[in-house]
Amino acid sequence: MSSIHQELVNIVGEDYASNRREELFTYSKDLGTSQPLWPEYVVAPKTTDELQAVVRLANETKTPIVPLGGGMTLAGLALPQQGGVIIDLKRMDKILEVNEQGRYMVVEAGISHGKITSYLKKNHPNLMHSEPGAPPAATVGGNLAIHGQGDLAHPYGFNTDMVNGLEVVLPTGDIARFGSCAVGSGWYTMHPLPDIGLFLGWNGATGIITKVSLKLYPCKKFRENNMFVVENEEFVPDVLFEISHLGMAEDLIATSSEIPPMMNRLHYISIINTGDSEEELEFKRHMTFDVQLAKYIRNGVGGIVSLYDERSRPQVSKSADWKKGGGFEYVGAIVPVSFYPECYRRGSEISGRHFIPYTVLGRVIGSCHSMMFSWSYAFNRADDATVKHARDALHETDELVMELNGTIWKPAIFGQKLMLERMDPGALRLMKEVKKILDPNGIMNPGNWEVD
Amino acid sequence: MYELKFDPDLCMACDTQDCLVKCQHMDIDQEAARTEILKLAGGEDSFVLRDCVTCYACEEYCPNGNHPFYLIVKMQEELGMFPLPDPLVKSGVQVGIPFRGEPVIDEMEGTALNMGVFSPLLGRVAGSKLFEGLPIISHDSRKMFHYFCQLMYLHYGKTSVINERLDGIIQTLAAHGAKEIVHFHDECYGTYTSYAPAFGIEVPFKSIHLFEFLYNRLLELKDEIRPLGYKVVYQRPCSSRLSSDKHPFVAKIFDLISVEYMDREYKDENAMCCGATILGQKKEGSRVYCAEIQKKNIDDMKKAGGQICVFNCPACMQTLGMPVSKAGIMPLFMSDLCRLAIGEKVG
Repeated sequence: MSSIHQELVNIVGEDYASNRREELFTYSKDLGTSQPLWPEYVVAPKTTDELQAVVRLANETKTPIVPLGGGMTLAGLALPQQGGVIIDLKRMDKILEVNEQGRYMVVEAGISHGKITSYLKKNHPNLMHSEPGAPPAATVGGNLAIHGQGDLAHPYGFNTDMVNGLEVVLPTGDIARFGSCAVGSGWYTMHPLPDIGLFLGWNGATGIITKVSLKLYPCKKFRENNMFVVENEEFVPDVLFEISHLGMAEDLIATSSEIPPMMNRLHYISIINTGDSEEELEFKRHMTFDVQLAKYIRNGVGGIVSLYDERSRPQVSKSADWKKGGGFEYVGAIVPVSFYPECYRRGSEISGRHFIPYTVLGRVIGSCHSMMFSWSYAFNRADDATVKHARDALHETDELVMELNGTIWKPAIFGQKLMLERMDPGALRLMKEVKKILDPNGIMNPGNWEVD
Repeated sequence: MYELKFDPDLCMACDTQDCLVKCQHMDIDQEAARTEILKLAGGEDSFVLRDCVTCYACEEYCPNGNHPFYLIVKMQEELGMFPLPDPLVKSGVQVGIPFRGEPVIDEMEGTALNMGVFSPLLGRVAGSKLFEGLPIISHDSRKMFHYFCQLMYLHYGKTSVINERLDGIIQTLAAHGAKEIVHFHDECYGTYTSYAPAFGIEVPFKSIHLFEFLYNRLLELKDEIRPLGYKVVYQRPCSSRLSSDKHPFVAKIFDLISVEYMDREYKDENAMCCGATILGQKKEGSRVYCAEIQKKNIDDMKKAGGQICVFNCPACMQTLGMPVSKAGIMPLFMSDLCRLAIGEKVG
């Protein structure tokens, strides 16, 4: 038994620290095209005290640590690039406070989004948070570490815009709090204290988020998916702009895919409307279809596919089924909404070159301030050639995003390098300094957002 | 290519012009009706092509069996006056393209059940005594589009798509070898017993309507029937207009299982369509009109005192099931109601 392993056992107990190969195996894998990378240890702390002790141990021994949430990024962001310890945070999943009138909740960052949704539905049905377009096992901390977006992206932006406060364990093992909680005033606001935005979107390379105050939003009694379709991709930005003008949709997503055939070369726009009554919903349907989109219907170039359907999140993961072997990975990019047509055309060309049925999706962030556009590539896990095609397609897509002047979202290491090559020199220097100050031993998820 | 058998002389000699006079969605007197249907028969434009909501009902109203609805749809296509916006037409046409492998042809003898594109509903029939011993065609939802009767394209103004694909579908069905086929959905039944003959498409098997099959099967199981006693209303689907001779089985089944078939305005010949196809039509106001007729229909069900709304068509169920349920009426497939009557549990 190694001494680090023994120390980890001493901190969290024997059941929650391991260096056994069969357990490390699980943590060596990512669901995407990344090659396996093995950690030396895995540890699952239950409390912030335990986490602090683990981080202190790593810092003292200069052992790399990789914080892990749900492990859902597909981009290999929680794979140990340099071995070391994977810190599985899923046991830190308590709901600490819900302030109904203040519309926020404080949670431990290892909590899953599914658990929050379920808890709110049962105990506070008039409140909701922004659940990301990921499996329910995705964690709050993991999603903030990658600047995720979710169900409420259209009205409120990125999930990281919906944070009222943070607690972070720094690479030294110390704790820092941000927002009103830092001055002991509760967890109700991130502002107006000086901005120290050093932890969101860093893939855990600057610290480990342990507690989060999440903004909550009104949850209407009824929610329906209204689907609109156009054939000409050039119409999509305007359709989204028209709907966005109303300021009523809870979520706004355009999708197109080669399979199933009904979606091939067509663009389906999912409009999630909500209401506390049928009258409220009908008003929203009227404004959406009889007013804003009426010109498309009248001219025969856009049509209502369905109304009143239950909300179902876009299931791009289904594209994994189009190749036997059930694998898929995607590149996401944050781009202007006006980029949709070009992103779709170029993406389907890349798919064609790699014999993969194309699958694209664009989710509006803010009132058409930007869009998360994703290109998904399916592969057969048991067929190396298809994995290579998918990997090559992903890299080509990263390069396409750069060519189009987009911004890669949650880039894998390859994409991070492309982004860093283009980074403003001043920002690059500051990133390097921040990392050096916070993590002088370079133990925090090394390889991620690393400035040479 | 197949040609519609339509005889204008029958319209000339018609005393009623019921096809258009009885239309629930257009206000046409007999004189105008005669003029417009003859225009269509002569290949001319008519406002009917723009105002038709494609509810199929004129096929039933026509006293001469002259297929006015098929004529309207044929002319919509010939004159490029599609009732739906182009992207919906494209989407619809593409929906019927099989994409998950070739069907497995299990050979069968005698009578078989065809699920068409509703194999996802297989759980509603599999294991039921009602369908005991009946081999099932199209039980694999991955392959279901090989059994898609295509008649849906009447709503799209696309008889060409039906005519292009239908022969292949018939060959696939026939390859199973069953001499008689019970169709789970009466759209399929209407395809093989009404549309195909109207266009001269040969069908090498005998079709049996689901309701006729259920009625006869219930007679065989008569000793096991327990009176249900519910007050029921029936949501008649558009495709049942192609087999109005089988519509009486609705009342006969209800009588056999002792449910009360409630009188209401939108019953039998005056049934109101579910509105699914009207929703997306490009004619201005279609969405609102769809919502209005759905509300009228459900209000009528409530007024009639219906406890259960019985559906035949899965598309009607998908469209109206939720609002019917919200109105306090339980939506139920006819096959499920029959299962309840013989003491089976329905999920």
